[in-house]
Amino acid sequence: MFIRRTLPLLVSAIFGVALIFQFFIPHPASKSFYNMMLDWLIIVSAFTYLIAVQSTVELHITKIKRKVEGWQYSIIVLVSLFVTALLGIFGGAFMPTTLWMKIFHNVKPTDTTPLMYTYLYMQMPMQSTIFSLLAFYMASAAFRSFRARSFDATLLLITAGIVTIGRVPLGEFIYKGLPDVVEWILKYPNMAAQRGILIGVQLGIIATSIKIILGIERKYLGGGK
Amino acid sequence: MKSKILFFIFILLSFFFIFSQNLTQTDQKLFTPVDSTVLKNFIVRDVGNDDGTRIEVFCNFPFDGKNFTLKLYRKESGDSNFKMLKTIKSFPFKIVDEGLFSDKKYEYYISFVDSMGGESEKCIINQPISPKPDLFKTDKTILLLMIIIYTVVIILLVESVRKGKELFVRKISGLDTLDEAVGRATEMGRPVLYVPGSSTMSDIATIASLNILGPVAKKIAEYETKLIVPNRDPIVMTVAKEVVKESYSEAGRPDAYNDNDIFFLTDSQFGYAAAVSGIMTREKPATNLLLGMFWAESLIMAEAGNTTGAIQIAGTDAVTQLPFFITSCDYTIIGEELYAASAYLSREPLLLGTLKAQDYFKGLIIIILTLYFLILIISLITGGNITILKNIMEFLRFIFKS
Repeated sequence: MFIRRTLPLLVSAIFGVALIFQFFIPHPASKSFYNMMLDWLIIVSAFTYLIAVQSTVELHITKIKRKVEGWQYSIIVLVSLFVTALLGIFGGAFMPTTLWMKIFHNVKPTDTTPLMYTYLYMQMPMQSTIFSLLAFYMASAAFRSFRARSFDATLLLITAGIVTIGRVPLGEFIYKGLPDVVEWILKYPNMAAQRGILIGVQLGIIATSIKIILGIERKYLGGGK
Repeated sequence: MKSKILFFIFILLSFFFIFSQNLTQTDQKLFTPVDSTVLKNFIVRDVGNDDGTRIEVFCNFPFDGKNFTLKLYRKESGDSNFKMLKTIKSFPFKIVDEGLFSDKKYEYYISFVDSMGGESEKCIINQPISPKPDLFKTDKTILLLMIIIYTVVIILLVESVRKGKELFVRKISGLDTLDEAVGRATEMGRPVLYVPGSSTMSDIATIASLNILGPVAKKIAEYETKLIVPNRDPIVMTVAKEVVKESYSEAGRPDAYNDNDIFFLTDSQFGYAAAVSGIMTREKPATNLLLGMFWAESLIMAEAGNTTGAIQIAGTDAVTQLPFFITSCDYTIIGEELYAASAYLSREPLLLGTLKAQDYFKGLIIIILTLYFLILIISLITGGNITILKNIMEFLRFIFKS
């Protein structure tokens, strides 16, 4: 019980209070304490990736064993995982390793590493593809929300119409002052609403942090009480 | 011929006149002496509220900077090397010299350069000075006071709730629907998908999301429904596993807990969005809960869920992603409601106390903003001549700046 509940609560309380005070102390000792905390975070994060690999491998091996629908894709995931890891270990991340250059004599130190090659020519295009889907999703979402079924939706439709037209050269062509109207909408009514939400969010963040530091909120440790 | 001679004489005289004028202009030294009265206008001092790495040099004297420039040099005490810091062309000026060491002493020198490029001798403008590290950021005093007051208010409210005081909490429809959403999944025999956001554990929104996961998982365990929690961060995954496991135990169904249902996907932003969309399409969850911190991937996930016909409840404190969730989801938990969710769902008196503190502080901010706005309008009408109003506005501005 001490290890699972009391110790984590103590650690979060002590380090929570320490880091709050650290923010108000500009002394180099306080700065080095903060940097040390960041280093610890990086070290802990690095180790947690082992847990991530373990989770991925376990999940997909279970899928393959049970032959669940689409289990063939799990083989692709596992093969990709290990091939990428091996390319990184033997080929190097940012510049080719000596071992890699010994195996492939024509590889120069300035050449792109195999890992970087997979990142630039496989991972990046795939990410861009998913990102580009946003344009279509935005169009369909806009179509649904701009249907003038109520007063609010009509207001939204009119505002969105003005902002959309005012943001392209056509808007200025129709009416010269339209970009200024758009600027006003974004700067005042829109910004006022955003700031209203943000004030609430910031208070919520501070309250949650205080709750964690004081040990009032402990659901993140597992269990309610 | 006469006219030609006269023209030649005119040209010669003109050349002589122009040339002599130029000579006069270039020969004239526009700035020569650097006397002590000039040097007195330069001030060198340590920058406050820092870690002892900065010194500022400034001059408030309005020199006419048209005819000369000024060069500022720094020299470490005992060292013979000068380092030129900046050439200054306009006055008055203020320069902050950064990256210094508190255990070393620094001297600053200036020299004037005239329009011909002639530089005067380097004149020292200060006694050797060391930047001093400070122990407290005085400009953040108001902020510290606010945090202390806020903490005290929270503690007082928690204590009053502990003594039995009842507090009113307004209805949050997105959170009230959680029961209905889980029930729907049970009736349809389909799983519930819980996405704890795309951020790490250091984001408070993720912690708020995991605080909601507890009561939701408990409800799901009671209804014997499948819960899927895909993660983008391994630490979040570990915590989510622990939260769900404990909730299943609390519900009396530890046997229903499946470790493989809470898993790591990828740390790539769009890879994660694609994988979650894939789960939505393949597993067809009856309920999608998207709670936590999201960026551009929010719409990809919400729209994918929308096409599968699932009931969707989303919540985030990312203002830019809220419109996407409002458009694509059935219920949206907006900003601060995400942080109130834990108290709202559990109805724990202690947590409700903190919720009230949030409301009181929000009220205080609204009062201060309204007051500032009213004073500003009165000042504009009266032409800003009332001293008390001026002082109040200055004080309020100081609070906001802090």
